[in-house]
Amino acid sequence: MSEIWAGIAEAFRLIWSLDEDLIDITVRSLKVSLTALVIASMLALPFGTWLAIRRFRYRRFAISVLNALMGLPPVVVGLIVYLLLSRSGPFGVLGLLFTPTAMIIAQVIIISPLIASITHQAMRELWSEYHDLLISLNTSKRQRVGALIRDGRRTLLTAALAGFGRAIGEVGAIMIVGGNIDQVTRVLTTAIALETGKGDFALALGLGFILITLSLFVNLTIHALSRTESEGRW
Amino acid sequence: MSVSLQDVVVRRRGKTVLGPITLELPNAGFTMVIGPNGAGKTTLLKVLHGVERISSGSVSWSVPSQTAREGQAYVFQSPIMLRRSVRANLAYPLQLLGLNKADISARVTKWAARIGLSAALHFPAPRLSGGEQQKLALARALIRRPNTLFLDEPCANLDGSSIREIEEILREAVHAGTQIIMTTHHLGQARRLADHVVFLNNGQIEEQASAAPFFDAPSSVGASAFLNGDIVE
Repeated sequence: MSEIWAGIAEAFRLIWSLDEDLIDITVRSLKVSLTALVIASMLALPFGTWLAIRRFRYRRFAISVLNALMGLPPVVVGLIVYLLLSRSGPFGVLGLLFTPTAMIIAQVIIISPLIASITHQAMRELWSEYHDLLISLNTSKRQRVGALIRDGRRTLLTAALAGFGRAIGEVGAIMIVGGNIDQVTRVLTTAIALETGKGDFALALGLGFILITLSLFVNLTIHALSRTESEGRW
Repeated sequence: MSVSLQDVVVRRRGKTVLGPITLELPNAGFTMVIGPNGAGKTTLLKVLHGVERISSGSVSWSVPSQTAREGQAYVFQSPIMLRRSVRANLAYPLQLLGLNKADISARVTKWAARIGLSAALHFPAPRLSGGEQQKLALARALIRRPNTLFLDEPCANLDGSSIREIEEILREAVHAGTQIIMTTHHLGQARRLADHVVFLNNGQIEEQASAAPFFDAPSSVGASAFLNGDIVE
């Protein structure tokens, strides 16, 4: 119990003293996760919506695969990305291994199926509501996807936030492809893993509390900006 | 635009729900499709609008099908509201047509006033009452100035004043040149509005005629029974 209090005290001390390392790690964590979130959302939101409105032969199989991919083990994703980006791998020439870009790539692969799957579920319901109207208005497929994304944006925001939650808390894959290099690829989760390994539980807990606070702050900010729960807003 | 159906049949899961139907509809005025529940009225309307796949036969408009489709609008029995404001619901079909903002704004303002929702322009449409939603759905269909308007029981579950307002808007639309093809359960409404009547029963057309002779002296047994309020099977 005393270690938890020590962790809270350490968290306050780090924030109060504007610890340079903490700010560096925190900013990097945010940059990597938010960039991954934006890229994954750009891919997964239209794809999930398209999957909801499009009928094709192996649709059910595609949905099953997508749902299964939600449970992708991050360590395996990290390993595959590592092999692809390592010097002997097909993309080794790009020199991306042990850089924040490699971490972003791994996170995009991990969170895209999650965002796409939640999007598909939500859009399927909205599509059944809008189907007759949009067909009757003679809309193109692009216009249908546009209307669904626009009007389902509250649910899509939830999908994106679920993706962000997974990205910011991810450690296995980014540890492998980022290497946890100080001032280069160290982020909050890998720093926590490192400090725990060193036995500095107070600092690890302090970083953990900061990670939780950060995640809550980003969620609340996005909700506030989009006025999700405001009366009479759409 | 006039339309003709030649031996149209619609089957669902092996069961024939409509047809075979051969029909020619006038190109103006009010055509009322009436008949008992399950007669195939909604299916016929959807076939005419091109959103119901036909199993056999053909539907041909007096203009190319794409042109016909672009000039049509459809109002559903349960109004489908976009999860947007009243204003955005009215503006959406105009945005699809690619109209400029000033034109859209002018038409939206005019139609919001016409249906008595000027003060609710920024109100979420799905939170309107049933009558207001139906009027909004009708305005959203008419704001495009369609050549043909399909209405599927637009006044089901509405109170008297809402029905009166909707009928008034429909008369104005016909006067402005829109052809209306509508299904209804209300015989009174059919008598008030119809120029031409199609009586459907068990997926078949039992009778079609101009309104006055149909209501005065129906020639089919089913139509007579229906008009007398008897149970039609």
